[in-house]
Amino acid sequence: MGVYEISFWFLTVMALSCALGVILSRNPVNSVLFLIATFFAISGHYILLNAQFLAIVNIIVYAGAIMVLFLFVIMLMNLNADTEPQKNRLVQIAGAISGGTLLLVILAALRTSTISSLDQTATDIGLIKNLGKTLFTQFVLPFEISSVLFLSAMIGAVVIGKKEQTV
Amino acid sequence: MQLDIAFIIEKVLLISVILLGSLGIAMYATWAERKVAAVMQDRRGPNRAGFMGLLQPLADGLKLFFKEEIIPDRSTRFLFILGPALAMLTAVMTSAVVPWGPDIVTDNGVISLQVADINIGILFIFGVVSLGVYGVMLGGWASNNKFSLLSSIRAASQAISYELAMGLSLVAMLMMTGSLSLREIVEQQHGFWDNGYFTWNFFKQPLGFIIFLTCAFAELNRAPFDLPECESELNMGYHQEYSSMKLGFYLFAEYINLFISSAVIATLFFGGYNFPFMDEVAAGVSPILFAIICVMALLTKVICIILFFMFIRWTLPRFRYDQLMRLGWKSLIPLALVNMVITGAVILWVIK
Repeated sequence: MGVYEISFWFLTVMALSCALGVILSRNPVNSVLFLIATFFAISGHYILLNAQFLAIVNIIVYAGAIMVLFLFVIMLMNLNADTEPQKNRLVQIAGAISGGTLLLVILAALRTSTISSLDQTATDIGLIKNLGKTLFTQFVLPFEISSVLFLSAMIGAVVIGKKEQTV
Repeated sequence: MQLDIAFIIEKVLLISVILLGSLGIAMYATWAERKVAAVMQDRRGPNRAGFMGLLQPLADGLKLFFKEEIIPDRSTRFLFILGPALAMLTAVMTSAVVPWGPDIVTDNGVISLQVADINIGILFIFGVVSLGVYGVMLGGWASNNKFSLLSSIRAASQAISYELAMGLSLVAMLMMTGSLSLREIVEQQHGFWDNGYFTWNFFKQPLGFIIFLTCAFAELNRAPFDLPECESELNMGYHQEYSSMKLGFYLFAEYINLFISSAVIATLFFGGYNFPFMDEVAAGVSPILFAIICVMALLTKVICIILFFMFIRWTLPRFRYDQLMRLGWKSLIPLALVNMVITGAVILWVIK
């Protein structure tokens, strides 16, 4: 087993166990921290795939900005296990049934699929130069449309924020 | 994949030297800060421990180590300890991508004075800087003290707001360099004068530099943007409940950040280890001596920038929180965008 395999399995185990930690831990702050660790594991996978740009952007955007805002909200609302509202029985049953159905569908889909073997040949598509060229030539329309989408989301957030201030 | 033992030993040595060097410089930055403050306020400053108070940082460190360590009863114990650890970790991690000197070409091969030459060097710095918020946030929240929480929230929102303007100001510079690798950016600033113009990025992007510098003040939580440590409003800041060396780590991490960010500023805008007439010097001395001269040139620039940070701290009064936010969002970000547009137009029509 080479360095590549060892790091792959380490990152995989880390990603899966931290993802489980997100949903299993009682304290929401711990959940957020587990989620950050999961992002780090996924970034590690990106680096193994020779996609350093995606890896670091994943960390800057998700771990560095979005999760900070999550942590913000959770800290300000002071959520913890004691104040968590008890869900009633009907909601719990509905949740269990819908979750179980999703699991069933995923299992049914995965049963027949074949797992493609890990391709270790290095590709350069994840490097920033190639990624930029692809984004601005082949996929320029989807790229620009998604930026308009972000802009509209931003304007929406500003409008909602303004409305609450005047009321 | 075969592990190269010599390579690993070389890198471990380099990392230890850089780590110890930045710890030492950060230690003496605390001394320099007091001396600068003293000179500017017409006092003597520390002068009891050793000659000119030069042993003062050691005495302070010993004092912090020997103090009683208190972990508050109602704190979240694990996160309370994790906070200062994260602050230290993120402070020293940035040093990995800074090129401290040119490659030394010897008979046995090339020795690089940079820990890792990754092709996304600047983005790595941004990633680490954006993670730096966690040390402050977790520490402030885990203390279970309302003032600490308020202060850590201030610190986090300030850091996030100024990261945007910082990134935008760098985009204009990156459009000119065409590379994210710090080594390449430094090599493009070779010497001082080339083709009838300065080679250093400071002369090509003066507006970008001013925006970047302002954002660096905010990211470092230094005066005039040290709102998270605003004593008159928040008692002390996010490290109010901390004592002993955990407090020391928070304070120390700030000085390491100061040193490393000065190194980054010197690298990005002031030519890194380049200095005027370096080709003439390189022709005259041995490669190792030349590398040492280059490192000294970089350190001189770094020390000048650190002193500048200190002069500003003891000159300007603290901003109010809404002024800080208004400056970040309504002045610096539009200014950085305008700078970006102008740079793009110049590259398109003037330089080509």
